[in-house]
Amino acid sequence: MARIDMQGIAHSYIPKPKQEADYAVKRLDLNWENGGAYALLGPSGCGKTTLLNIISGILDPSEGEILFDNKKVNGLHTRERNIAQVFQFPVIYDTMTVYDNLAFPLRNRKVPEQRVKIRVQEIAEILDLTSDLGKRASGLNADIKQIISLGRGLVREDVSAILFDEPLTVIDPHVKWLIRRQLKQIHEQLDLTMIYVTHDQLEALTFADKVNVMLDGAVIQQGTPEDLFEAPAHTYVGFFIGSPGMNILPCTIEHGHALVEGQKIKIPAAISKTGAAAQGSLKLGIRPEFCDITSSSENGGVPVRVKKVESLGNYHIVTAKIGEVIIKVKVPEKAQINPDSDNHVIFSQDHMILYENEKALNLQ
Amino acid sequence: MTIVLDSISLTSNGEPYIYESHLTLERRSLNVLLGPTLSGKTSLMRILAGLERPTTGKILVDGVDVTGVGVRKRNIAMVYQEFINYSSHTVYNNIASPLRLQKLKKSEIEEKVQETAKMLHIEDMLDRYPSELSGGQQQRCAMARAFVKDAGLLLLDEPLVNLDYKLREELRDEMQEIFKKRDTIVVYATTDPLEALMLGGNTVVLREGRVAQHGSTLDVFYYPKNVDAGITFSDPPMNILKVSLKNENGAKTGYFPDGTTFNVTSHLSKLDPGDYQLGVRCMNIGLKPFNENDIKISGEVDLAEISGSETFIHVKHENVRVVSQSEGAHPRHIGDRIDIFFNHDFIYAFDMEGILVLAPDRNGSNSPQS
Repeated sequence: MARIDMQGIAHSYIPKPKQEADYAVKRLDLNWENGGAYALLGPSGCGKTTLLNIISGILDPSEGEILFDNKKVNGLHTRERNIAQVFQFPVIYDTMTVYDNLAFPLRNRKVPEQRVKIRVQEIAEILDLTSDLGKRASGLNADIKQIISLGRGLVREDVSAILFDEPLTVIDPHVKWLIRRQLKQIHEQLDLTMIYVTHDQLEALTFADKVNVMLDGAVIQQGTPEDLFEAPAHTYVGFFIGSPGMNILPCTIEHGHALVEGQKIKIPAAISKTGAAAQGSLKLGIRPEFCDITSSSENGGVPVRVKKVESLGNYHIVTAKIGEVIIKVKVPEKAQINPDSDNHVIFSQDHMILYENEKALNLQ
Repeated sequence: MTIVLDSISLTSNGEPYIYESHLTLERRSLNVLLGPTLSGKTSLMRILAGLERPTTGKILVDGVDVTGVGVRKRNIAMVYQEFINYSSHTVYNNIASPLRLQKLKKSEIEEKVQETAKMLHIEDMLDRYPSELSGGQQQRCAMARAFVKDAGLLLLDEPLVNLDYKLREELRDEMQEIFKKRDTIVVYATTDPLEALMLGGNTVVLREGRVAQHGSTLDVFYYPKNVDAGITFSDPPMNILKVSLKNENGAKTGYFPDGTTFNVTSHLSKLDPGDYQLGVRCMNIGLKPFNENDIKISGEVDLAEISGSETFIHVKHENVRVVSQSEGAHPRHIGDRIDIFFNHDFIYAFDMEGILVLAPDRNGSNSPQS
């Protein structure tokens, strides 16, 4: 177990980087507390895997220092860092039994067979693999194989941290729940530093205490799942977290109102004040969950044209347009929306965020 | 065209992949094949494509038996999970390739390639090679090649599974629009219930090589004919609990196996006394009561997951695990004692064989309207 610090870390795959755009990971400082559960979340190419490879030692960063418990580990091999990794695809030996697969990393390090036995049984117990120990791995499902991969990572007692690189990609939705539960239980029981890389917001948010959202090689927000949902610091976080993501409406602020496509939207006084003083391009952010559709223009309802109503079980997603700007609204299943009648959208005053040049202005 | 799979089955090396199944795919219909891995989705697609000959049964296209007719002689197009393109051809030539096989005129090819590329927003990338594209763009190219030739049957085998989820949202939206405009039977395989709901159309629920149910997507969602369909068409899976209903003092009482009881009300009071499996979707299990007649269960927190906007609490009650889904953030610790509430109005009753006996009232009825 270890605390991991990254100081001034940057990485470029180009030998002599000249400008910011040449960097896959732009200069950053990050701290990973001992025993924390973290996620690196972002789209393909955002630099999350590069960052993970720097932690594991597969990649030597172009700049900066990486410390495990305050000791510099730059240049040290993955093995010397005592990092365990779980990848997208299960890494196990098909011809071996589950027991031998779990024992392999220990035997490899010449751990006495008696100790191997105790440890394998402990890990099998935690992962519900006890009844499978005698089975050959080749006949097992992808999800059990992935759990065995996880077990192989956990079996060593000197592990500093465990890194997950999109570990649930090949797992069926129905089984993902089970594995996520096991990861959480392991985290509560074993007090391990865990870092989880994914592009899937649900996996990141449910797994981690702290999520780092990455875009173009930079961490644009670090926060708890609630922070990222309630108070996205950047328009991209608003868009990326949530399905559908936050509505981001280009606007101007005039006389205490936001103007979107010429339509007046009522906003709280505080937002109006910061907005009036801002110089950059402004956008009003509000999540589909905090909007509603009504047939009347009362209570500050803004006229919209409803384009589509999708039924998704216990709720509907309504796609509508204010002028040419698309807005999505999440409404309860029992709401009756008639696309052909006059519809208005209402915005909750407590959940509006104003962005200047994509960065939030009114967060506490 | 209309396609009928008549009593088809597929066995390979003595292993059954598809048990005897019947399926009719109507003209211009969108059909989602929904099921977990190894449920038979890909096998069914390969049979539809003519890549695999069924062990028994017939495939009829507009009444004509085409069983055994190879893939090249059928008017189909297919998109796979992997982004499959000709790496030595430009995007333009990739999209044009099926048209060249059809020996269309050059001007016609040009027109169709441009039109399809525009539809998939890759019209500015026609001169590039697949390796110069992002994953999303490569899949757009593969889709364009499938869409360009106006096939009578379009097969998509989990086409979005290898893409980032935001890209999935975007492409799924666009595809829906494209499907609507085409005179094609679309078959779309997925493991994700939410994707099936978003696509709409019809859904075929597959489970272990059997068709658990086939019908309009919303009907299958609201009226799962059996436990398999209910579980497959919910994420997290539908919770299933065994109960006994007994007549006591003129009212009905429900018994859980551990002896906990509840008053049977709303639509469930129509059930005869006996043993049932109750099915409850996670969103209808809450941390605070929905109504006065909720069924309350006490248990222990097995796991609490917060997604920012929602909380999923896994609760252990005797030997049963139940998942509740609530809006908002509700932190709980593993091992906490907890009360959870089942919304009585949304409970399904299945018999002990797993067949639907009673669905919740919906628009004043217990059965599909269509």
